[in-house]
Amino acid sequence: MNFETIIGLEVHVELKTNSKIFCGCSTEFGAPPNTHTCPICLGHPGVLPVLNEQAVDFAMRAAMALNCEIATDTKFDRKNYFYPDNPKAYQISQFDKPIGEHGYIEIEVEGKKKRIGITRLHLEEDAGKLTHTEGGSLVDFNRVGTPLIEIVSEPDIRTPEEAYAYLEKLKAIMQYTGVSDCKMEEGSLRCDANLSLRPYGQEAFGTKTELKNLNSFSYVQKGLEFEQARQERVLISGGVIEQETRRFDEATKETILMRVKEGSDDYRYFPEPDLVKLHIDEAWKEKVRAEIPELPDARKERYVNEFGLPAYDAAVLTQTKSMADFFENTIQAGADPKQASNWLMGEVSAYLNNENKEIEDVPLTSASLAKMIELIEKGTLSSKMAKKVFRELITKGGDPEKIVKDKGLVQISDEGALKDIIIPLLDANEQSIIDYKNGKDRALGFLVGQVMKLTKGQANPPMVNKIILEEMAKR
Amino acid sequence: MTEITKEQIKHVAHLARLTFTEEEVEAFAKDLGDIIGFAEQLNELDTEGIEETTHVLDITNVLRDDVVRDSLDREEALKNAPAQQNGQVKVPKVIGD
Amino acid sequence: MALFDESYKALQDRLHKKDLSVTELVNEAYENIKKTDGSVHAFLTLNEEAARQQAQALDAERGHSQATLFGLPIGIKDNIVTKGLKTTAASQLLANFEPLHHATVVERIQAQQGIVIGKLNMDEFAMGSSNENSSFYTTRNPWDLERVPGGSSGGSAAAVAAGMVPFSLGSDTGGSIRQPAAFCGVVGMKPTYGRVSRFGLIAFASSLDQIGPLTTTVENNAHLLQAISGVDAYDSTSADVAVPDFTKALTGEVKGLRIAVPKEYLGEGVSAGVKAAVKKAIAQLEALGASVEEVSLPHSKYAVATYYLLASSEASANLARFDGVRYGVRKEADNLIDMYKKTRSEGFGDEVKRRIMLGTFALSSGYYDAYYKKAQKVRTLIKRDFEKVFENFDVVIGPTTPTTAFKIGEKIDDPLTMYANDILTIPVNLAGVPAISVPCGLAEGLPVGLQIIGKPFDEATVYRTAHAYEQAANLKLAPSLEGVNA
Ligand SMILES: [Mg+2]
Ligand SMILES: [Zn+2]
Repeated sequence: MNFETIIGLEVHVELKTNSKIFCGCSTEFGAPPNTHTCPICLGHPGVLPVLNEQAVDFAMRAAMALNCEIATDTKFDRKNYFYPDNPKAYQISQFDKPIGEHGYIEIEVEGKKKRIGITRLHLEEDAGKLTHTEGGSLVDFNRVGTPLIEIVSEPDIRTPEEAYAYLEKLKAIMQYTGVSDCKMEEGSLRCDANLSLRPYGQEAFGTKTELKNLNSFSYVQKGLEFEQARQERVLISGGVIEQETRRFDEATKETILMRVKEGSDDYRYFPEPDLVKLHIDEAWKEKVRAEIPELPDARKERYVNEFGLPAYDAAVLTQTKSMADFFENTIQAGADPKQASNWLMGEVSAYLNNENKEIEDVPLTSASLAKMIELIEKGTLSSKMAKKVFRELITKGGDPEKIVKDKGLVQISDEGALKDIIIPLLDANEQSIIDYKNGKDRALGFLVGQVMKLTKGQANPPMVNKIILEEMAKR
Repeated sequence: MTEITKEQIKHVAHLARLTFTEEEVEAFAKDLGDIIGFAEQLNELDTEGIEETTHVLDITNVLRDDVVRDSLDREEALKNAPAQQNGQVKVPKVIGD
Repeated sequence: MALFDESYKALQDRLHKKDLSVTELVNEAYENIKKTDGSVHAFLTLNEEAARQQAQALDAERGHSQATLFGLPIGIKDNIVTKGLKTTAASQLLANFEPLHHATVVERIQAQQGIVIGKLNMDEFAMGSSNENSSFYTTRNPWDLERVPGGSSGGSAAAVAAGMVPFSLGSDTGGSIRQPAAFCGVVGMKPTYGRVSRFGLIAFASSLDQIGPLTTTVENNAHLLQAISGVDAYDSTSADVAVPDFTKALTGEVKGLRIAVPKEYLGEGVSAGVKAAVKKAIAQLEALGASVEEVSLPHSKYAVATYYLLASSEASANLARFDGVRYGVRKEADNLIDMYKKTRSEGFGDEVKRRIMLGTFALSSGYYDAYYKKAQKVRTLIKRDFEKVFENFDVVIGPTTPTTAFKIGEKIDDPLTMYANDILTIPVNLAGVPAISVPCGLAEGLPVGLQIIGKPFDEATVYRTAHAYEQAANLKLAPSLEGVNA
């Protein structure tokens, strides 16, 4: 039997405001536990929330970038549940009137474009952080009240690869709009996934399972792949899928049962009486719309049209905003677009992947990359030498010209200097000259290699070639 | 008046994180039944098309600027906490749901 | 004349002329508390040391301070948080809670140099009409120690009635200022929803709660409300509406005032003694030149049911934070869920649990539309009743309560009868309008309250009416305090 996979994703993105959504505490990541708290975010008796305008603007901006319709009249609701990281025992969220609805994003998998619907985007507050220990659990309330948007996709995703592409695209859009830095390792982007199977041709969805603890996009993909295979096995062997929450185990790459869901959770949503309604008029919407920067698809197109880059290059460079910005800054600093693209997609990406770093985490700057490219083009630096300079720039940073000088990496292009090396070499290798003249081209390669060796690779290879040929012709 | 079962009472009590003895459950079933029965007089009224009053004042868009204010010192923040460890609030083991 | 019977103006004059010291005023408060609170039980916590220090400091400012509450002793209901001063909302669960900040109203009182004398007893989390739900002790009515002072601001009313403080703050969700004011024979004002910041008021029902003053006189009341009113950046639901000078309304003039008397407020269930006193008061206002007409507030009878559904639903969420995690009295257990259940079941009293259960039920899946949403729609109808009447009238007048203070223990076992006691005060909270209870005589030796309801943000007219009546009637009611001792 053949099954169709149905995947839905629920993504929580922390907004990059300075202060929390309902109080003035800082949202800065990494402070010592419980140093960014106040009576309001600690849910002390008698406190009240006051909404951060920037959080609303960011949520609207994100919703617009995801092609959502923006609500004109919206409100907040209380979602009631007890948990130690949820101080008021209710989360202020949005139930039936989310800020954004009916959006979509476009993804590309194996060259094919596909539209994935966004059901809704709503604004809510984050919970604290719980650490489980032997003797109990410890709560750090710093994160409580960080503004979050929850983005729920339509069940339009059909493969784990599409899920991966959707997340990549969503993350890029969030970063481009500047509403979040989307650092999964800091929890500023978190993803839950659900997956169900149904026989091809069947309209009704099968029972879905929910996946939690997906700490990277590739874990999302791996978890979904595992879950897809597991459900298929169960169904083929005549079993039934239970509605359950499963955890992805990073060590075994398997999903493990967390809990079976009994009915739906009863969150007893009701309108938050401590906050007044929001009326978002056209002027407000327009103000926010005007703040949206160029999005990845638009940039991609521009790179093709304006810089003549291949579509593939443009797609890779615009995957993250930081890479695209770096690329544009490199060009701004004078580099040739194609050369800049080659370096960024080649050596730079390879290094970043290897080190698991982002472009903003390394000392290489767009100015230094542009300078290095310029030195190559002027012939000061051979492409072989350039790799050494690049290594220095990306690990330690610095000025390429100075590195070239300090390390003695300047290419020897001086004819006299090269002749001084080549003539004695030819004198000592008469047999090679004879071989060459007898049609053995390899002899030329041998001689050039010897020059490179003697100059520690600094000789300008085309010039060496030329001088050897000239000198041999004289003999 | 209106029938509220003991099972309903136990379910609602769990949602509200309360526990009751069997006698209390019975008493609550009666009390809540009476109150809910009394509340059902509202069904005499036709409220078709009437909007809900969630806020008695017609205020919208009360917003604050995104400005960071001083947080509490940690010691102060945890002053009332019944148990703490390493600058964090300590709670008993989380098991089940 | 007892010191606290002197008018606001007289006290301020004497202070600034140095004929009286703040220290003497504060002494008087603590002396009176020591004399009477052993039997009345109005206070839960005293702020004596800090108050005396503050008094001493203020004595140096006599003659030049412009503060409107300069040196005045004020009691605070114990659901209003006070920095460093234990605040329990009369619940065992918060028996050890020390707030980290002041409520906005307390900040404002301090800005006007009023003196916080102590924290006043109440029904636990403001749920109750008799003070019998305090989890510490029941406040007694100074007029008859066997009777309830009303609730939930019973301590606030009793302390003023017994002369322990001339001013106090209460909170009113369904009548919790006006009903005890009526039972204890003092003046109690529930302002328009949004007039006074709720920041720092331990929430019972957020869409209904409002802080207001309880005082010996209308004049005092207006001064205290003046000091605490106005928009607050910490309360999104506080209204950005100008606060007029309430004291300017205290003219004694009501000529041409259009008074509506709802027939539903003088129907069955209202005792003969209460009816008589209220009718006499209305006649007095008429004699002063006001016009009086009977009107109907047809949805009044649905107010109690509407209120209990809405208030309990909001309360079920508002009281969920009392979970033993960050503050309060935790009852240890070896896992989290048992800790929650033990802390809450042992920490909350019966009435609080009853309302949490009702509210949780009304919001739970499958019942929300039938109960919560329905009640919100009926709330709209009740609000419209008032809007309609206020198209043609300036104030709505009737009794504050159907009866005078009842005996302790009389209604505690029957929640529905207890709830029915609030039938005349609840519609006001649902509509969000301001209302005052002003004493209008005695029935069987116990005070009767006259309720004057105004248009939204028109507390001035409410004060004008109450003040004119108070001056004309000149009742000067005070309990004999017989048998009251430490
Ligand atoms: Mg969420
Ligand atoms: Zn905070």
